[in-house]
Amino acid sequence: MKFGLAHTGNTLIVRIAGELDHHYTDEIRYRIDSEIMKPYVHNVVFDFNKLTFMDSSGIGMIVGRYKKVKAVGGSIYIMCSNKTVKKILEISGVFQFAKICDDINDAV
Amino acid sequence: MRRINEFSMDFLAKSNNEGFARSVVGVFASQLDPTVDEIADIKTAVSEAVTNCVVHAYSGKKYQNGENKIHIHCVLFDCGIEITIEDYGRGIENVELARQAMYTTSPDTERSGLGFTIMESFTDKMDVVSRPDEGTKITMLKLIKNLQ
Ligand SMILES: Nc1ncnc2c1ncn2[C@@H]1O[C@H](COP(=O)(O)OP(=O)(O)OP(=O)(O)O)[C@@H](O)[C@H]1O
Ligand SMILES: [Mg+2]
Repeated sequence: MKFGLAHTGNTLIVRIAGELDHHYTDEIRYRIDSEIMKPYVHNVVFDFNKLTFMDSSGIGMIVGRYKKVKAVGGSIYIMCSNKTVKKILEISGVFQFAKICDDINDAV
Repeated sequence: MRRINEFSMDFLAKSNNEGFARSVVGVFASQLDPTVDEIADIKTAVSEAVTNCVVHAYSGKKYQNGENKIHIHCVLFDCGIEITIEDYGRGIENVELARQAMYTTSPDTERSGLGFTIMESFTDKMDVVSRPDEGTKITMLKLIKNLQ
């Protein structure tokens, strides 16, 4: 798993590559939340274009971050190219609140 | 169904082993020449079952006996793979309820109650046998398209 954070305007970009499972979600959650706490951060973009694996632990992590940004009127965007990961995102219903986008310019 | 090959392994219920366990089963299943998508489905289902053992089975002092083991047994058939994942932990009181989508006993740790739903939709058959205080055994069958 590889993890990186970047900012553009009021949007936090979270890039996760490789395999995301329960072993990594605690640390990732903590690092994202310390950014979301900053007053100028409203939206979060999850860039999963280089993600090769995710399970329900990732869903819990996304839903938890949604609850935080919703409280400040922000939105969640997801970029995802892996077929199996997309299937999990669809089953979980995260697209009811998260917007899917093809590249970062659609979100920011 | 003709048996072609099988293997078993035991390992500790630690989160470091989640990736290890799903990779091992994925590599073993590749003997049946599945598609990339079928391997991904198998790895995802295994990850859900193993994560449940790590997160739920041994939670609470009563269930921690220093061993906290997970047992995996895989059988390759001429039509697909059968994967059994077993723990010796707290067990599930109401399996029917636990299998329902969005049902979780750990919402405080951001679990979403989708593990069983994902196992079910990524395999062709899933059985759950569980006894309170004794443990839980999940059996999943994944059919491989090129063998049908
Ligand atoms: N091996 C197990 N031992 C004890 N209880 C279990 C086990 N597996 C599942 N459960 C119980 O069944 C419930 C539902 O499991 P499921 O995997 O569907 O959801 P979850 O693990 O709570 O959340 P998610 O998988 O979405 O992170 C769990 O909350 C837990 O109470
Ligand atoms: Mg689970």
